[in-house]
Amino acid sequence: MSRLSLDNVTVTLGDRKVLDRVSLNMEGGEFVGLLGPNGAGKSTLLRTITQEIPYEGRITLDGKPLADLGAEGRARSLAYLPQIRDIAWPVSVTEIVALGRLPHCRPFAKMTMADGAIVADAMERMDITALAHRRATELSGGEMARVLMARVLAQETPIIIADEPAAGLDPAHQIALVETFAAIAKSGRTVIASLHELPLAARWCQRIILISQGKIVADGPASKVVTTENLSCVYGVEAMLMEDAQGLIVAPIRLTPRTS
Amino acid sequence: MTVPMPYPALIAILSALVILLFGVSLLTGPAAIGFTDSLVALVSGSSTDAVTLVMREIRLPRAILGVMVGASLGLTGAALQGYLRNPLAEPGLLGISASASLGAVLAIYTGLVIVLPLSLPVLALSAAIVAVLVVRLLAGGRSDAASLILAGVAVTSFAGAMTALALNLSPNPFAALEIVYWMLGSLADRSMSHVWLAGPFMLVGWGMIAILGRSLDALTLGEATAKSLGIRLDRVQALVVFGTAISVGAATSVSGAIGFVGLVVPHLMRPLVGSRPSRLLLTSALSGAALLLTADIAVRLIAPDSDLKLGVLTALVGAPFFLWLIIKTRRTLL
Repeated sequence: MSRLSLDNVTVTLGDRKVLDRVSLNMEGGEFVGLLGPNGAGKSTLLRTITQEIPYEGRITLDGKPLADLGAEGRARSLAYLPQIRDIAWPVSVTEIVALGRLPHCRPFAKMTMADGAIVADAMERMDITALAHRRATELSGGEMARVLMARVLAQETPIIIADEPAAGLDPAHQIALVETFAAIAKSGRTVIASLHELPLAARWCQRIILISQGKIVADGPASKVVTTENLSCVYGVEAMLMEDAQGLIVAPIRLTPRTS
Repeated sequence: MTVPMPYPALIAILSALVILLFGVSLLTGPAAIGFTDSLVALVSGSSTDAVTLVMREIRLPRAILGVMVGASLGLTGAALQGYLRNPLAEPGLLGISASASLGAVLAIYTGLVIVLPLSLPVLALSAAIVAVLVVRLLAGGRSDAASLILAGVAVTSFAGAMTALALNLSPNPFAALEIVYWMLGSLADRSMSHVWLAGPFMLVGWGMIAILGRSLDALTLGEATAKSLGIRLDRVQALVVFGTAISVGAATSVSGAIGFVGLVVPHLMRPLVGSRPSRLLLTSALSGAALLLTADIAVRLIAPDSDLKLGVLTALVGAPFFLWLIIKTRRTLL
């Protein structure tokens, strides 16, 4: 298990603090949902972990600063799905997913049978096996999202970071996605995903981090974080909450009336 | 999608084509020399024999440069399109061709080339390397593609302006004519000393780009994803930029500016390799060599007496062809 820690992470753009002294610990074995309104700093937080943008503070993996790990070392510990889904060339779906094996192969070496099996498994999990020979640029938005997610799964890292992985997916594939994440977390790995789909997050994430204006507002199990007060305060929506045997059911129903 | 041809088969076919065209290039020229005579002269002739001189000092360097210049243009075109993720990228984009031309023009303009013939390629190559250092400086050492393109455009414009100035102020019409002719691009009358001068630089440039295959593959998914896959983007940029500068700078310094090969060749090869950027490198180098050899044979056959320039032919054939290619593939491209 890998322990990911953020200690007083601050990101400043101009004179605006996009992230303000964020501290977090993730022990491994958790599917963490990162929630918050547009512009709250979700993507920024994920991009500090991937070392894509400069920040103040410390981010460590098993006690070692992530910045010191080197690009190759990080690629074997941390897989990342960016929010922008962009495929430059009409390459086949299988070849896109196989890029996930890149950090595990020596330069100029061919993929092994084991690599091939991992790629096939990742494609199976994201239900894109039937698309294997299609050009990745000719897919629908939701299909492309699943292909790119399969690429992340094929990287087989202890930590997976996904920026809005459920966006554009139909309900069945959304549920399949979060169930995959839950299964990965069960095997001791960590999944951190920013999500706008409150019902998915509330029902499947073991832990939810709610952020607003660059600060953590609440952090804990869904039952503690997804409350009518928090949703009203952070998103400005009123929501209906119910609970069944499997977990929380949440449905946003109207905007919170403004009180002046 | 159509299943592309097996990659090793494609490489074998293209290699055979280059070897064949290299042979045809050796056999093409105004001096009517028979097939066996020319080969015997090339391999075992005495250095005083006229046929041997023609073969070794005129046709051999021309054929070798045809292969190397064509390969440089094709390879760097493929690398730049892959790195910039843009199908319109070509070796001239970074200001390298324009600056190499400026260096050559200065050698002609100052008359240095009359005293010291090799000063032309030396100045051209130096100008290309200075240009790419300026481009990197202007781009601010940042790894993003947009600032690199902007810096390249700026350097291209400046080198173009300086070349125009040299033409404007040229001391006599002959110098101006020579400058214009040189800029049209040609492989005629090059000697083995051109090969020895430019060849090693082109080889070094190829080496820098040859190791970029997997980085370019990873860049298919964008810079953020490539970085998360362990690709060091600053290193990739340095290798692409300097590899292109050294090989295309050296190529331009001996051949003049030859357009369209670097732009068109990767487009020709892309469907044959399933669009994979890493597989585009070697295939584009080979087909660039084949294309330039063909064009150089063609200029000698079409107009043996009127000195049709190679660069003119490649542009003349390349531009309409490229247009047709865009119309044919725009649905998958854009």
